[in-house]
Amino acid sequence: MTPHHLSRRAFLKGGLKTAAGVALAAGVSPKVPAVAASSPTEPLVTVIDIAKCIGCEECVYACRESDAGKFPDPKKPFPEMIPARVPVEDWSDRTEVTHRLTPYNWLYIQTATAEVDGETVELTIPRRCMHCQNPPCVKLCPWGAAKQEPNGLSRIDSDICLGGSKCNKVCPWDIPQRQTGVGLYLDILPALAGNGVMYKCDRCHDRLERGLEPACIEACPENVQTMGPRSEMVEFAQARAKEINGHLYGLTENGGTNTIYISPVPFEELTLETGKGQPHLNPAKDVMAAGNNLVRAMILAPLAGAAAAFGNYYRKLKKEDRS
Amino acid sequence: MNSLTHASTSSRFSRTLYGFFLGLIAVTGFAQMPIFKRYYIADIPGLGWLAQFEVTHLIHYGLAAVFLALCTQWGLTYFLEGRKPMGKAALFRGITMAILCVTGGLMVWKNFPEVYFSHALIHVLDLVHMAAAMVLVALSVLSVFGRKA
Repeated sequence: MTPHHLSRRAFLKGGLKTAAGVALAAGVSPKVPAVAASSPTEPLVTVIDIAKCIGCEECVYACRESDAGKFPDPKKPFPEMIPARVPVEDWSDRTEVTHRLTPYNWLYIQTATAEVDGETVELTIPRRCMHCQNPPCVKLCPWGAAKQEPNGLSRIDSDICLGGSKCNKVCPWDIPQRQTGVGLYLDILPALAGNGVMYKCDRCHDRLERGLEPACIEACPENVQTMGPRSEMVEFAQARAKEINGHLYGLTENGGTNTIYISPVPFEELTLETGKGQPHLNPAKDVMAAGNNLVRAMILAPLAGAAAAFGNYYRKLKKEDRS
Repeated sequence: MNSLTHASTSSRFSRTLYGFFLGLIAVTGFAQMPIFKRYYIADIPGLGWLAQFEVTHLIHYGLAAVFLALCTQWGLTYFLEGRKPMGKAALFRGITMAILCVTGGLMVWKNFPEVYFSHALIHVLDLVHMAAAMVLVALSVLSVFGRKA
């Protein structure tokens, strides 16, 4: 990072802090709610204030430490898979990678640049699963290996997952990452079906159950993330965005997510390093919407079937009367 | 004679149409698993759509609506026509169809926002739905062979 970037960044941060102060004075900033609520009445949402992030990676290392017990421990050599085109995805020798999402790195810091008033600014963004309101990874898993909890988090059960990677393909951000050589598929037909286990952020479901915040939130020295009930967090994010003339991402993307980013720069103006394990911040259509809209047809279908049955029966009766 | 030939042609056409429908709804159902690309089936020209989950999901939903209409029609016809005794195969087929409708309906409901099913329930629904689909296809294939024999 160049000194110029730093000073620009400091400017942005300072501006936002002032705005946040104004917002606080105006009473628009909510109290940080007790995440600990063991049975929330509504999903929990995390608001991530990009301008506050200094890219220190404290959250990344806290995540790795907290979730270390959930990381894969594959058996080698991996079973030969048929056909040969099935990709072996092995991160077990690259567990230290932190510049992207991997089965051993569920949160990373993405760097973005943007032009503001003719100057280049650099922003750092904590990236992980967005925990969608209607998560395609959960809803479309053909094996029931993923689930969503009423507190809004979605997670993959590593004891059930077969590693088919459908969750990655249906996720608008390609979040879940695969590790070969681990999981249930080894006990079924390792050559013919499955390919490991998919891994992603589970928003520290075990810590939440114990009344603790997710490790990344607790470790952040800049309070970049705020977590609370959806209605409060949406109000909080909108108020902050209004006060600082900022921009929101996650409120409507994929039909709405339980992660909302606030950026001082429009998201479409950010230049991100994207690729495998490095998600975008583009508009994302609601993956589940088209299917759920078709349900209207399913509700009307029995009526059509009933009409056909009564019509045929009536015709048959008339025919019998004539003969 | 003409009306008999017409009825027989019409019945054959309906059976062929039903067979095609059953094949397509089963294939789009199986396409919810990531197998068609793995096993090169989606590489066959014209079958690339089988590896596109969004496409197969929508087609499966559309065909499920038709399946629901057919099940309602057949079920109501059975009751309207005085519940004539049915053979074991027909009874088994009817039960299988009912299982498909119930498990499919629950899975469709699951796909709406704020509907939370446990791992175990999702797992059971997936497996029972798939097994019932395989039974229905097998029964239909057997009935075709039985008719030809």
